Amino acid sequence: MFKYILRRILLMIPVMLFVIVIVFTLMYFTPGDPVDTILAGSDATAQTREALREELGLNGTYLERLGRYIGGLLHGDLGLDYNSRMPVIDIIKVAFPSTLKIAGAAIAFATILGIAIGIWAAVNQYTFADTFATILALLGNSMPVFWLALLLMLQFSIRLRWLPATGLDGWKGLIMPAFCTSVSSLAAIARMTRSSMLEVIRSDYITTARAKGVREANVITEHALGNAMIPVVTTIGIQFGNLLGGAVLTETVFAIPGMGTMIVSAIKARNIPVVQGGVLVCALSLCVLNLVIDLLYGFIDPRIKSQYK
Amino acid sequence: MKENNMQKQEALTYKHRGQGAEIWRRFRKSKTAMLGLFMLLVLVFLAIFADVLTPYDATKSDAANRMLQPSAEHLFGTDELGRDIFTRIAMGTRISLTVGLVSVTISAVGGIILGSIAGYYGGKVDTIIMRFVDIWMAIPSLLLNITIVAVLGVGLENVMIAIGISNIPGYCRTIRASIMSIKGSEYIEAAKASGASDARIILSHIIPNSLAPLIVQATLRMGASILICASMSFMGLGVVPPTPEWGAMLSTGRSFLRDHPHLCTFPGGAIMYTVLAMNLLGDGIRDALDPKLKN
Repeated sequence: MFKYILRRILLMIPVMLFVIVIVFTLMYFTPGDPVDTILAGSDATAQTREALREELGLNGTYLERLGRYIGGLLHGDLGLDYNSRMPVIDIIKVAFPSTLKIAGAAIAFATILGIAIGIWAAVNQYTFADTFATILALLGNSMPVFWLALLLMLQFSIRLRWLPATGLDGWKGLIMPAFCTSVSSLAAIARMTRSSMLEVIRSDYITTARAKGVREANVITEHALGNAMIPVVTTIGIQFGNLLGGAVLTETVFAIPGMGTMIVSAIKARNIPVVQGGVLVCALSLCVLNLVIDLLYGFIDPRIKSQYK
Repeated sequence: MKENNMQKQEALTYKHRGQGAEIWRRFRKSKTAMLGLFMLLVLVFLAIFADVLTPYDATKSDAANRMLQPSAEHLFGTDELGRDIFTRIAMGTRISLTVGLVSVTISAVGGIILGSIAGYYGGKVDTIIMRFVDIWMAIPSLLLNITIVAVLGVGLENVMIAIGISNIPGYCRTIRASIMSIKGSEYIEAAKASGASDARIILSHIIPNSLAPLIVQATLRMGASILICASMSFMGLGVVPPTPEWGAMLSTGRSFLRDHPHLCTFPGGAIMYTVLAMNLLGDGIRDALDPKLKN
């Protein structure tokens, strides 16, 4: 098991290295000179421009700059913010917890409610519950997150004044952003749980359990649920990527200073190191999460655990 | 002899027709799929006849009629510059459908080329392409789109290109899997034995036989692409005003949410309607083309 984890962590290194190269290359070819943007409107001399170029690490060829960037990353240095000259890592340290809070609450909400709705729909196939789950899945997939966020804000912040319209202060501030972010994942998890449960509850061993007189609640929770969970866990892992995207939008609507708002405003200001750092941290989070999901399979299904060598 | 040939020809025609008719029969049987088709046809109608349907200009300001509530004269009311919201939504249909079609075409072409090469040749080429695809997929989709737009610059064309490029890996995987399952078939072996070139085998035999999963994916991705375009415009990274794009309209409208919520309600509803239509249609096509894929 330990060897397997170590191997997977080592495999993440080339993946991350390629992500770094792709993002760096994309940003390298972004048109316009950052020095022009930073010094726009000032009468900077050639010397000042050169000093700034040196300070921000903008001198040298593509390969030199890439080498410097990767070297910096190994020391935890993601470069300097063009505007504030603060280290990008410090900015991310402030922004990342907000996004993690939203994404964490959203995935917890989507998982708990999605699995519950999926089971409810599967054990009541072709009834109101099933139709409800299907409609919910369809709407969840089609609903623009930012529109839902605005509608909820209108109702619960402006009209009823129950929840704060902006910011992430306290648990009340987390409710709307987390709910909006979770909707499409909730739909996907409910849909997957339903189809996976339907497949499992038709198995012979479930019929045997029922024939032995096991209570229906026990048949579902103890016998069926465990085996139906593997595809659901995969869906949860896939959804985390979508959640990060969703968080970018909810942060914009609720004016939350997270990774999403940080990256969007950095793009508008052509603040390349912040964009690079933000995307890299998001990609790394996704890689780590995929590893965790893979390891979770082992706990859910001992047959998979035995393959970890 | 001649009669025998005619009978064979008739049987072939019947079989050919039969397959198409069978798919249509399965599609028609699903009420939700037919609803999706109807909803899409309404959108296409709106997009084609947008100019004729309303007497207003989508971009011309009218200070005297700012932020009017929905009425018989202005079906969805007017926006902060006095422009008719229904007209802007109708014109926005053209943009959304174009975004869906163009971005899906870019990803499908890119995915077909890469997926065909990876699936057909296998070995090292396959490993290199698929590792690259895995890495591409390690970056969250919306963030990848944002990054590409950062390089290309803001604007409708660039957003379509960004969405197209970022969706290539999904198509690549689908086509590759499909090709791997059919490349060992006897008819491919026969084509090879008859001396057909690799390009001819891929273009004439493999791709036509891998189209079903591609069509399903394209329809389902079209809705998602429209949603991403609207999301990017909402954040100010996509289509910029005064172009009547639904996401951009929502972005402007949110400043007036408290007193004039109709500025947000209708553009958001239009996005949801379109994505829902595409999802219903995509599910219907999937079930009709391959009933095994249902659920």
